[in-house]
Amino acid sequence: MAHFAAKPVLAVEGLNKSFFGVQVLFDVGFTLCPGEVLGLVGENGSGKSTTMNILGGVHPRDSGRITLDGAPYEPRGPRDAVESGVAFIHQELNLFENLSIQENIFIADFPRVGRLLPFIRRKEIAERTRAVLEMVDLDVPPTMPVARLSQGERQLVEIAKALAAGAKVIIFDEPTTSLTRRETERLFDIIARLKAQGIAMIYISHILGDVKQLCDRIVVLRDGAVVGGGRADELGIERIIALMVGREIDQLFPPRAPCVTTEPLLEVRGLSQPDVVRNISFTLHRGEILGISGLMGSGRSELARILFGLDPHAEGEIRVGGEPYAATDPIDAMRRGIAFLTEDRRAEGLMLEASIADNIALPSLRDFAGQFAGWLRRPQLTAQVVQAADQVRINTRDHARMLAKNLSGGNQQKVVLAKWLLRAPRVFILDEPTRGIDVGAKYEVYKIMNQMVADGAGVLFISSEMEELIGMCDRILVMSRGEITAVHERAEFSSERIMESALRVGMDAVR
Amino acid sequence: MSATAVEAGGGAGLRRFLVRHVLMSEYLVLYLSVLYFLAIWPFVPEMATASTAGNILSAMLPLLVVAIGQTIVLIIAGIDLSVTAVIAMASVVGASIMTGDGGYLAGSPFAVPGGIVAFLVIGGAVGLFNGVCSTKLRMPSFIVTLTMMMFLSGAALWYTTAHTETSSIAALPSAFVAIGGGDVAGIPNALWVALAVAVAMHLLLSRTLFGQWLYAIGRNREAARISGVPVDKVIIWAFVISGLLAALASILYTGRLETGTPVLGRRFLLDIIGAAVIGGTSLFGGHGKVVWTVFGVLFLAMINASLDLIGLGHDFAVGVKGAVILLAAVLDAARRRVLARQ
Repeated sequence: MAHFAAKPVLAVEGLNKSFFGVQVLFDVGFTLCPGEVLGLVGENGSGKSTTMNILGGVHPRDSGRITLDGAPYEPRGPRDAVESGVAFIHQELNLFENLSIQENIFIADFPRVGRLLPFIRRKEIAERTRAVLEMVDLDVPPTMPVARLSQGERQLVEIAKALAAGAKVIIFDEPTTSLTRRETERLFDIIARLKAQGIAMIYISHILGDVKQLCDRIVVLRDGAVVGGGRADELGIERIIALMVGREIDQLFPPRAPCVTTEPLLEVRGLSQPDVVRNISFTLHRGEILGISGLMGSGRSELARILFGLDPHAEGEIRVGGEPYAATDPIDAMRRGIAFLTEDRRAEGLMLEASIADNIALPSLRDFAGQFAGWLRRPQLTAQVVQAADQVRINTRDHARMLAKNLSGGNQQKVVLAKWLLRAPRVFILDEPTRGIDVGAKYEVYKIMNQMVADGAGVLFISSEMEELIGMCDRILVMSRGEITAVHERAEFSSERIMESALRVGMDAVR
Repeated sequence: MSATAVEAGGGAGLRRFLVRHVLMSEYLVLYLSVLYFLAIWPFVPEMATASTAGNILSAMLPLLVVAIGQTIVLIIAGIDLSVTAVIAMASVVGASIMTGDGGYLAGSPFAVPGGIVAFLVIGGAVGLFNGVCSTKLRMPSFIVTLTMMMFLSGAALWYTTAHTETSSIAALPSAFVAIGGGDVAGIPNALWVALAVAVAMHLLLSRTLFGQWLYAIGRNREAARISGVPVDKVIIWAFVISGLLAALASILYTGRLETGTPVLGRRFLLDIIGAAVIGGTSLFGGHGKVVWTVFGVLFLAMINASLDLIGLGHDFAVGVKGAVILLAAVLDAARRRVLARQ
């Protein structure tokens, strides 16, 4: 490993941050030297993103000292951060697909003819773009529209953009999730090259193998605090995982008497869709909560959409309650007693401009429509809606007039739960049901899930949070790159082992 | 309490009353219509005569029928620009079947029913095409219906020249003319028809499964799909209804004019969409009511009638109308901002 000058380019000390009275960062501190790559790892919600958003000028900090090149660093916004020399390359790239590479690189500050005239010096931007593209080893004309570049090439354009802005520190947030293996290797070559030029980098990833291979030092965050770290060549992956998941699981989950039966509700055999999922087979039983774990992009949500008939599948056999099921139409899925809570409740789960009652009623309207012209039986419908709203305990007075958009995240999620509970589903697919809701609401969601399986339903529970899977599930399937890579029975749950199967690809890379 | 304090309290109370019961009311456009009438009355006393009222009504009715269809398409976050061309095309095709002047079914007892079927088939077929293009082919309804309007407008002209030397097709059977021009029990037939359409569509929107599905699609198409709404089917039906109501409006217009003409409805496109939007129906979908459109149509019909009475030239009248509509729209935007803050 290289030996670094004692003078760090970036020093973070005692960083604290709260959102709405909930502290999410506790005295976070680390340093970064020129030409150093620092790995930042931790579970979802451990504070990585918040820390980086503070560095990138997205959020202000509550307290703490940050110095950049020895001077106090107080970014007033993302633009200010970039101008100070801190570039943040997000997981979802922020490029304008309809514009050319050079326009993307200079979008924030086009060099102009004179100071006041609105004319852009195209020649200059083309030349400067060519220079930075060369630095990232991307051999395409500066005028090429970004839409025609691959994901990996777009990533390089993002890096070029950072270089053009004079970045001293580049932060990568999960840069390889949408890259192929070859593109990933190319990215690593570029990172090594930038390192040699003295640029400091922070590398955030779930793929610990990559982190270990690429970084000089590693910092592990858990629950908003730095819990450990050290030189990458001295830190084993097992040790990193232990640091990441360390906490004992306490009473975060409501108690539940096991009610698993052997009666299959949903049987999936050899389900495949090119580039999405491969050879998925599992059985969900009556009274079972079956967890699906895996990293983002592992195919979990895609599998759920296929099962509900929203997306196509090329091969495979599915049975619901023993009967063959084609999975081509959500209406058919609902008729068979399947319900689906999607991961994006605002875009796919709710009509934000409609009332709580209208939202809850929507999937069940058909059952309350009479033979004549689809005339709705309002009194019965209203009674059922009120009952469903009470069942999930939505804390508001006026279901008929309160709009979904004015509810808190937790109450919004309860509305989505209620709309499906009204149909009394046999198979309930829940995709990240507790994302972005507070601890209290989470506990209530868990209780509803327990009640459902006690009543004889089966729940397919997709989550990124290892702890809630371990706390709630009878079995956990682990998915990676579109395949089921492991099945864990409740008796043998351990977060290290599940994390290991989820990270298997990363592990293979180092072994 | 001092007198001024009481006065101020009363002023605030009045303002709150006005905000809550006038500005925030869904009858705002109705109030604006009344206000407009009262404001223009001293200058144009003819506004208050029975014959003007009759004119306003007869101008309103076909416009109302087609604007209600537009409202339904707007609710699903679509737009139907082809309606005026449907009115024109249906008018000349229907007339060419019924006309005593060499029509396909001239003199036959099936002339009138055949003609009416032709009107409706054209409306329904165009609606079906619009709907299929905007669902199965995922085309924006703006493009589909705009090009459909251009095509049908041309086709209607061509069809007319192929059938007659003149610019329109006259000599329609009296039984047909009576639908748009006659009356039963002193009430114009067109009023009966428009009333029936308004009531039926109001009930469809507010009381039926289909109506709830329309709103759901306009509010969040993806959430509707995941909640088991047959999204494509509902959208196609919305366009078919719009086409059918345009055809019905064409029957009323054609009957009133007693001729089938290819330029029928040409000037009405903005009135149709304007009436729905002024009434309060959102161009972004998910929000609209038949009563609102009734008020919007009333407001526009009144402006049109008053401008006619003042005797402004057409071009100038369009300008004045634009200004009045803009004013109503500004008021509506202000209202929405207040609503959003509450």
